[in-house]
Amino acid sequence: MVFSYYPGCTLRTRAKELDEKARKCAEALGITLEEIPDWQCCGGCYPVASDEIATRLSAVRALMAAKSEERPLVTLCSACHNVLKRTRHDLQTDETFRDRVNRYMGNDPVYAGEGEVIHFLEMLRDKVGFDTIRAAVKNPLTGRRIAAYYGCLLLRPSGVMAFDDPENPTVIEDFIRALGAESVAWSMRNECCGSYMALEDKGIVERKSGSVLANAKAQGADTVITACPLCLYNLQKFGGQDLPVVYFTELLYEALGL
Amino acid sequence: MEQNNLKETLLRISGVNPRKCMKCGKCSGTCPSYDEMEYHPHEFVSMVENGETEKLMASPSLYRCLTCFACVERCPRGVQPAKLIEAVRLAVIRQQGMNHLKPDQLPDMLDEDMPQQALVSAMRKFAK
Repeated sequence: MVFSYYPGCTLRTRAKELDEKARKCAEALGITLEEIPDWQCCGGCYPVASDEIATRLSAVRALMAAKSEERPLVTLCSACHNVLKRTRHDLQTDETFRDRVNRYMGNDPVYAGEGEVIHFLEMLRDKVGFDTIRAAVKNPLTGRRIAAYYGCLLLRPSGVMAFDDPENPTVIEDFIRALGAESVAWSMRNECCGSYMALEDKGIVERKSGSVLANAKAQGADTVITACPLCLYNLQKFGGQDLPVVYFTELLYEALGL
Repeated sequence: MEQNNLKETLLRISGVNPRKCMKCGKCSGTCPSYDEMEYHPHEFVSMVENGETEKLMASPSLYRCLTCFACVERCPRGVQPAKLIEAVRLAVIRQQGMNHLKPDQLPDMLDEDMPQQALVSAMRKFAK
């Protein structure tokens, strides 16, 4: 299978291990991720106000590139995923936005948010299947206790993201179990790490990421996994615990014996 | 901007109807930034409705919302407080010279591990 792929700015720089290991794992599972040409940064945060048009155009262009190949568009970074999925939803449901975007871009025929956007985790769950992954594991992570950190952007708003149950998600836990590890039950997995406050008020991030990691540690996790480069940075830098935080793709890479 | 026009604009660009709020306080109860804020999510909803937007526009609380969407997810009435907070913040930073974060401040805020995502997100939230 060949899917279109949107890496995003951070995966080319600070989060290379998220990008490179994901591609290699996908190949091992029979999927080629083909990067869409000339993609632009999504902007990191979805522009919430309905009259923000230009700030959503880079996401529109990415969606249209995947649509022109008639392939699902796969994302890895939680932030990119949030921006792309929500912009796609806007094109489908907000007539004013759709009209203004299509006029500006001179689209003929009109683009109305067709095509699928899936996160790599959704690809593993829905396109590959955890049973297939379980069968492909060469180094089962037996005895490891992994905490699944979802954060905000994969799940919310659930009506648009449709990623998993927003209060009791299971996809990352199922992923962990497919790799042969034990998934830790903990309460802070959907709570915010402090996000972009890392620039101007590191105190907030220390309090938010600190309480997240303290909870994972107290529940006996030996590793926390995430899909988001900013969550990873905040938890590692400001979490205040001797507890490794890694990308979920690093765990997959290890378990597949690559 | 004249107060009534401002309120109309905020409601239009946020898509929020504050009158749907039944004042249960769940938005503020679930807000990860509650302790960091002077005005909390439920107060944004009632103060915009009551025409007290100027107090909100002058408050640092505008720059404490993490846009985590917990308040939106958990509101039993679908009020979406985060969208209203965003609209009030935009009412401030869309004015000339009112950016909260400026590019020349960035070098002192960086370290070698900080992901680009943090920079683009903060600039998108706090500057126009």
